[in-house]
Amino acid sequence: MSTQRPETITGAQILVRLLERQGVRTVAGIPGGAILPVYDALSKSTIHHVLARHEQGGGFMAQGMARATGVPAVCMASSGPGATNLLTAIADAKLDSIPLVAITGQVPKPMIGTDAFQEVDTYGLSIPITKHNFLVGSADELLAVIPRAFRIAASGRPGPVLVDIPKDVQNQLVEVSEWPAPGVADQIAAPDADLIASAAAMINSASRPILYLGGGVVHSGAAEAAVALAEKAGLPTVMTLMALGAMPVDHALSLGMLGMHGARCTNLALDECDLLVAVGARFDDRATGKVAGFCPQAKIIHIDIDPSELDKIKTAHVGIAGDVRTVLELLQPAIASPQRQPWLERVAHLKTEHPLRMPGIDDPRTPYGLIRAVASCLDDEATITTDVGQHQMWVAQAYPLRRPRQWLTSGGLGTMGFGMPAAIGAALAEPQRTVVCFSGDGSILMNVQELVTAAEENVNVKIVLMNNSSLGLVFQQQTLFYGERIYASKFKGMPDFIRVAEGFGVPAIDLDKESDPLAALSAALSSRGPMLIHASIAMHEQVLPMVPPGAANKEMIGG
Amino acid sequence: MNSLTTTENQALARAVLELDVNNHAGVMSHVVGLFSRRAYNVEAILVMPVGSGAMSRIWLLVNEDERLEQMVKQVEKLEDVLAVRRHGAEHEVFVRLEEFFV
Repeated sequence: MSTQRPETITGAQILVRLLERQGVRTVAGIPGGAILPVYDALSKSTIHHVLARHEQGGGFMAQGMARATGVPAVCMASSGPGATNLLTAIADAKLDSIPLVAITGQVPKPMIGTDAFQEVDTYGLSIPITKHNFLVGSADELLAVIPRAFRIAASGRPGPVLVDIPKDVQNQLVEVSEWPAPGVADQIAAPDADLIASAAAMINSASRPILYLGGGVVHSGAAEAAVALAEKAGLPTVMTLMALGAMPVDHALSLGMLGMHGARCTNLALDECDLLVAVGARFDDRATGKVAGFCPQAKIIHIDIDPSELDKIKTAHVGIAGDVRTVLELLQPAIASPQRQPWLERVAHLKTEHPLRMPGIDDPRTPYGLIRAVASCLDDEATITTDVGQHQMWVAQAYPLRRPRQWLTSGGLGTMGFGMPAAIGAALAEPQRTVVCFSGDGSILMNVQELVTAAEENVNVKIVLMNNSSLGLVFQQQTLFYGERIYASKFKGMPDFIRVAEGFGVPAIDLDKESDPLAALSAALSSRGPMLIHASIAMHEQVLPMVPPGAANKEMIGG
Repeated sequence: MNSLTTTENQALARAVLELDVNNHAGVMSHVVGLFSRRAYNVEAILVMPVGSGAMSRIWLLVNEDERLEQMVKQVEKLEDVLAVRRHGAEHEVFVRLEEFFV
């Protein structure tokens, strides 16, 4: 607590002051009746408020800030529909463990429970999709709740926290003489030394080990430690969708992404391994396929900051609860640089025999070719976001991701509409970077209104719109698993996306009409400010290989 | 309760969970919600404030299946849950209440 001259201020002013003291520079949101006192206080603050055009867009902008930096970010909405519109972005943050503080206005306390105008049970609705939530009962409480919200969001396994503040609490005058310290992440208990010794012994004695990195490696800042361990212990390394960038994809030990759309060599190597070292990964079904068929011969070491992840899906032979970076750094000195030549040769053989096939990689008018062409115009400083669908998987497979936090994608919830507002948030948090959002013609329309926010904020966001006139992944599944009965996945009407973007104030180019698409792409990506880059791709293009839903990972189709 | 007969019910392994929690309006929702959204039936529940009233104790009677370990870990993660203790079905907290349920 810091003591100052007592002042009598409102709950709303307390909130804004606490956000400033917390170091918050940018918030995204939309005002409405029940949060107007907060906005009135915000108007006198140095905090930059980004006016989203839909609360979900505001939520994803905050997510973009948080994913790019690792620091809790703030979104705001009014009561009722404002709050319900935020829920998808909050649920998305929960599943991907993103630190978010969502602040919602609520009807005045005496009106709660009366079905008042724009009243909804925000607290009740948000329980299952937040790490924790608060309904604030008095302005005084804010002094404890707000730092605590930031502490909870950032501590241990990060996640979203919602703070619902009734309007009368925002207006309540109280005397404040002491200000609390900003909320920071709790210290994490040191991991069990005996378990680390056991894990090291298992790694040293394994013949065919694989390192399996998840999003927790990125959250914990453990990418360097993970690469160092892999190098010292000679561990071929697979990454989940969330971990891409933790180890550069072109690292000799990298097997890239595992799972439903992983390369054949990756899933086949996992099928042969005798030890799986899972780090900050949660054995998600898209990564494991049928669990019984996942690494069937392997013993498992599972390292995670969240004890409830240990033994949740697969029982670990050694389960270590702790900060994964700390654990990896403690493990490394106990590794005996074992000889792995036969296994590394076997993995190299699998990579040669069953590589990721990327047809059209040299033709910018194909999905893989377009992605590689974009990458060739950028360096590792660029941030890449995606929406959800085929384009997301193609980018995950083909983009040369080499930096943790370079890659922002909706993994667990798989939310179409994530990419563009998340890119806006990332660009606001790190304005020096070029932020590229790969999207599809299905996804882009789910938060297309944020184009005007991109124009208004003049963010350096380039949207690469891969247009196949369909919900591509649905089309692909209907083709492969529903007897080619294509239903409700082909769009009959198609907006003119160039005019849509321009109508929102965002310049746009159409690669279809460029005689030299590479040159046009290069010019577009080197300009500053927002731009939409439209490129048609063929509807029949598929993401391959593919593990059929419910099948074991070695039962891949295509690729 | 479901449609199992009394005999069948008694044959199921039971566990009693004892939770120390902060005493405020949302805690019950947080705890019970964890069970209900996994379709994990809570057979019996008992809550009363302890000490000064800043804290409460929640007693839960649950079926002991293979998910219980995971349930306990999830309960332990809740911000307002301070401690979780696990007892066998022989714990008498609910047994002594039976006279109010005849």
